[in-house]
Amino acid sequence: MHVIDLVARKTTWEIIAPNLITLISGLVAFAALVVLIFLLAERTSVKAQEWVKYLVFLVPALALLIIGLIYPAARTILLSFMNANSEEFVGVENYIWAFTRPEILQVLLNTAIWVFVVPTVSTFIGLVIAYLTDRMKSAAVVKSLIFMPMAISMVGASIIWKFVYDYEPSAKKVDIGLLSAISKGLGMEPPNWLLENPLNTFLLIAVMIWIQTGFAMVVLSAAMKNIPDEVVEASMLDGASQLKRFIQITIPMIRASIVVVLTTITIGTLKVFDIVRTMTGGNFQTNVIANEMYTQTFRSLNYGTGSALAVILFLGVVPIILYNIKQLRLERTER
Amino acid sequence: MSIQADKPAKKIKVAKPSKEPSAGVKKMKDAFSSPWASFAAIVIAIFWTIPTFGLLVSSFRPELDINNSGWWTFFLSPNVTLENYESALFQGTAVTPPLSQYFFNSFAITLPAAIFPLTLAVFAAYALAWFDFKGKNFIFFGIFALQVIPLQMSLVPLLQLFAKGLVFGDSVLIPPLGITGTYIPIWIAHTIFALPLAIFLMHNFLRQIPRELIEAARVDGAGWFSLFRQVVFPLSIPAIASFAIFQFLWVWNDLLVGLTFGGGVKDIAPLTVRLAEMVGTRGSNWEVLTAGAFISMIVPLIVFFALQRYFVRGLLAGSVKG
Repeated sequence: MHVIDLVARKTTWEIIAPNLITLISGLVAFAALVVLIFLLAERTSVKAQEWVKYLVFLVPALALLIIGLIYPAARTILLSFMNANSEEFVGVENYIWAFTRPEILQVLLNTAIWVFVVPTVSTFIGLVIAYLTDRMKSAAVVKSLIFMPMAISMVGASIIWKFVYDYEPSAKKVDIGLLSAISKGLGMEPPNWLLENPLNTFLLIAVMIWIQTGFAMVVLSAAMKNIPDEVVEASMLDGASQLKRFIQITIPMIRASIVVVLTTITIGTLKVFDIVRTMTGGNFQTNVIANEMYTQTFRSLNYGTGSALAVILFLGVVPIILYNIKQLRLERTER
Repeated sequence: MSIQADKPAKKIKVAKPSKEPSAGVKKMKDAFSSPWASFAAIVIAIFWTIPTFGLLVSSFRPELDINNSGWWTFFLSPNVTLENYESALFQGTAVTPPLSQYFFNSFAITLPAAIFPLTLAVFAAYALAWFDFKGKNFIFFGIFALQVIPLQMSLVPLLQLFAKGLVFGDSVLIPPLGITGTYIPIWIAHTIFALPLAIFLMHNFLRQIPRELIEAARVDGAGWFSLFRQVVFPLSIPAIASFAIFQFLWVWNDLLVGLTFGGGVKDIAPLTVRLAEMVGTRGSNWEVLTAGAFISMIVPLIVFFALQRYFVRGLLAGSVKG
């Protein structure tokens, strides 16, 4: 055993070196291809350029989209009506499975909770912060701090929060999780945070809210800056109170941006995967569609049920986009 | 998802002049800006930062301290070490390689996965913005609509395509490429998933180039290719830069594509994949996890703080990507 381990073990450099060659040759090959095509294409006659231009500029992207996005999406729909190894058609069996199995119903319920709570709460907090900082002098620092979670990976964010939610089962040992320490300080016995349902789902949701609030704040803050000064001035002269101005002037003026933020976060939340996978692995009844889709497809190797869940996810996204288009049209006709 | 994408971006542009209001309004605004509002905003900002700060402090504490006392006690007895970073980055075995290897992989995945789609997107956007042909609008809206498709929808068929090629009946359209286990499927997957939004944004930008400029170059006898090389491409560099940051952060932070298209091969997996695995297998090994998390966060944080302005612009223009 020991000998095998010694043989199999490569140094970091021995692993990186061939990868570095792949990276460099990949970049060089791509650049060389682009340069070569341009050199050749520029030398073609004016008449030939009329069709060569489509070949060079448009066809590569279109081909990739057809092969990599349209065809696979169509195939996933097909697979969702087939059995685990895609050998025979089973009709709507996979969909019946999704809507009758208790554990999948729990998954759908959890996703619904996520989709309801995350967009509303993060948009609301983002809106409040945008308003509070709208006329603040050193708002940039405050905004940067709240916006920062947007830049880090959801895996990183999950580790940060797992540390906050850390639970110490032994009474003899000291708590290292912030939340446990705070609740003990308040005289409460801390629960085992990530194991307790439905509390754990909401604790995971808090992580997503922590990430998305910065996005809501930035977009809404930009929208608020765009409210004409005359409007603000007039309402001030009317003697409207802060709160009244916020509800009667600010919110209606930035309604379109609020819709954008709500729908954008909703779509992001529907597809949430990293947080659940990293923090609980979907255990303890915290699972959501995107994670269950991964489990079905890559753990259970059931392409039928996995694809059905992907289609359900897709069907969840469509009405939001349609609503968005309708809003955009409404806005255009109003003008 | 960027139906209204160009809207907030435009707003930002018009927002500038309105930022300098007349003296009267400014005075009034100052009078109405309450110190309580500022105080509340600062409290929220601190609250928002505490979790990250706690992990950052912990990553510099000795293993014994991390596991036996809360990070907030650090300030009572400061005890700083770089050992966690050292062991996370450089110590490992064949089964659990050190993070430096994954750090390299993250770079090796992210650079091409940002350059490839941007190049192809600028090309396609140029064609859609300035070539006259039938069905142009149809193609443009078609590409725009593709953003509706979640990544999960194309995962399995695309993976099968990389592994087995594309066969319809008896005719082999694409042969098995034999590229699984390398970076190439990850690059291609990221490129494909980035294209709809990138083309849409680039198109919006390239269309703003004055028509006279294009026509003048055409009259001077510039072909479509030299027109692109000499006029369109130099003009689109700011937009490319803005989207490049966005794409860079997105790919660097991605887990799902790296996990699935990496095929579970350790030698090519990015940091996010390894970190997610570490949380699962050694749930309470905080000394390595805290340092590991910051090793993965340092690059996006540098990009974020150095180029925040461009990042925000990209975000406002794109809202989000699928």
